Amino acid sequence: MSMDKRATVSLILKLTAGAAVLAAMFAVSLIFGAADVAVRDVWLAVASHAAGEKITVIREIRLPRETAGMLVGAALAVSGAIMQGLTRNPLADPGLLGLTAGANAALALTVALIPSAGYLGITIACFIGAAVGTFMVLGIGAIKKGGLSPLRIVLAGAAVSAFLYAISEGIGLAYKVSKDVSMWTAGGLAGTTWEQLRSIAPVIAAGLLFSLLLSRQLTILSLNEEAAVGLGLRTAWVKTALYVAVILLAGASVALVGNLAFVGLMIPHIVRAIAGTDYRAVLPMSAVCGAVFMLLADTLARTVNAPYETPVTAVIAIIGLPFFLYIVRKGVRSFS
Amino acid sequence: MIHPARARKQQIVLLALLLLTAGTIAAGLGLGHSSVSFDRIVPILLGHGTFQEKFILYDIRLPRIAVTLLAGMALALSGAILQSVTRNDLADPGIIGINSGAGVAIAVCFLYVPIEPGSFVYALPLVGFVGALLAAGLIYAFAYSKSQGLQPTRFVLIGVGVSTALSGAMIVIISSTDRVKVDFIAKWLAGNIWGTDWPFVAALLPWLAILIPFVLSKSNALNLLSLHESVAVGSGVAVRRDRIALLLASVALAASAVSVTGGISFIGLMAPHIARALVGPRHQTFVPVSILTGGWLLLLADTIGRNAASADGIAAGIVAALIGAPYFIYLLLKK
Repeated sequence: MSMDKRATVSLILKLTAGAAVLAAMFAVSLIFGAADVAVRDVWLAVASHAAGEKITVIREIRLPRETAGMLVGAALAVSGAIMQGLTRNPLADPGLLGLTAGANAALALTVALIPSAGYLGITIACFIGAAVGTFMVLGIGAIKKGGLSPLRIVLAGAAVSAFLYAISEGIGLAYKVSKDVSMWTAGGLAGTTWEQLRSIAPVIAAGLLFSLLLSRQLTILSLNEEAAVGLGLRTAWVKTALYVAVILLAGASVALVGNLAFVGLMIPHIVRAIAGTDYRAVLPMSAVCGAVFMLLADTLARTVNAPYETPVTAVIAIIGLPFFLYIVRKGVRSFS
Repeated sequence: MIHPARARKQQIVLLALLLLTAGTIAAGLGLGHSSVSFDRIVPILLGHGTFQEKFILYDIRLPRIAVTLLAGMALALSGAILQSVTRNDLADPGIIGINSGAGVAIAVCFLYVPIEPGSFVYALPLVGFVGALLAAGLIYAFAYSKSQGLQPTRFVLIGVGVSTALSGAMIVIISSTDRVKVDFIAKWLAGNIWGTDWPFVAALLPWLAILIPFVLSKSNALNLLSLHESVAVGSGVAVRRDRIALLLASVALAASAVSVTGGISFIGLMAPHIARALVGPRHQTFVPVSILTGGWLLLLADTIGRNAASADGIAAGIVAALIGAPYFIYLLLKK
């Protein structure tokens, strides 16, 4: 099964256009912000070793933050697309594997018990929490002989998530830290450092590469289980590999920015309207669109009410909604 | 026709649930901060109690038990309808914007409208109800198209989008206010039984009294709607009309429940699944089981929650998820 020539050319064109938009958006996100900087400062910060106050702002605050934004946006969108294809459910998002709920519970525990934990400590706690949450969901799947079908994994995920959310809500109420917890889970790239980025970026890069390699198998799997088996796909192996990719991508993102599930849910639906339903096109386009969208949302979050930050989840939900409504009204392509 | 063995199984499950509910009511009557000993309950009910005993039983315990039971039933029924009509196993009343709509309305009202102590208790559920209906109406308006009617997939997706946007709005509101008020809203969102007085029972009861028979009478339509569009059309279901009527029923049920209990999403999602795992997927059999499961689960959760360690108890929504989720996973593994 190889893509025909026209589809390939059209995909390359779309990806090039997407990359151009992404580059422009990246420049915009570096230029705009609470501190006024000129285009020249941005250029100097990126391309030279010049020093200066504004240049430092860009190099040490905006550059890591927006790089993280790109990576997280791409990671969430791709993991969302994989989850939807894998479970054949248009409502699936990476949060359903227990990642977000696990990270939330770990976060609530950390905030309640170790109030002095800094950004890095909380990030690590969230990563561990996400891993534990996922392990619970997939572990339940593995107990069952022969494994659970994707549908049942998702249901188990919903139950485990409800359980873990209840724990974090309970902790939030008992220790009166609901506000701190909700501020963190509201998601935000504020305070991203190069140090955090260095530990998270390789994980996301590996996850992206891994999922692109599996995109052909995912396309077949998204059609129907029997068809996939009939076409000679080793479904158990492919599914496990795809879950691993989702965990790498979404786990790293959740640890860095908190709960941004809507990106993972929404971007793939928007992308399908542009790129069709072949995951070899959907995955790379999701990565590009997710990155653009995240940069846009973060730039707005920083500038709408500067110097205060608007929670980025709110921005994402509110600017994402019109797109999403438009796309869904136009027709749900692979799922109707 | 229902297979006799299945019918027997359903009867056994229903009986067991009724007994469990009765047992939990009895336990719930006797347990609480101001204690009324168990051997006094029957005399008090027969009219031989002191004023204090009567007050605790009739004005505190009983209304709360009734509200909890009814709200749990309403949520479970609403979830069962949604999962069948939208053909999506992940559907719960939360996806039609009920929880987030009510949440935003209550947050806005709590923070920006001056409160009169006398009417506050009654105003809050009313505001929640209106918010929930507005959110559901918005989703419906976006999802409805003249040529195709109401497509389930589109309805569900738009629902998720709108409720996420409302949650986003909620975060903006929360991040701009002080901590004490946020704790109150967080508590409401976690599903703390709020309306615990007879008027709330009176407000909930009519919805259930009308809508339970209505939904049960539509069992066959639900069976067909949950299969496939073309099957439903082919076998003569008035697809559009039934779908809209059933969705409206589910909105009304969930909105009335959420307005008195706060945002409880677990019951609506899990009770139908638990019921299906117990008695199979036919609506005639599983819908009644699901209603009773939901009512009992929320009642049990609230009874445990209000007697648990801390002084103000634990919200019923939290307890329901803590005890319901492991059981659901057990059922998932057993099947």
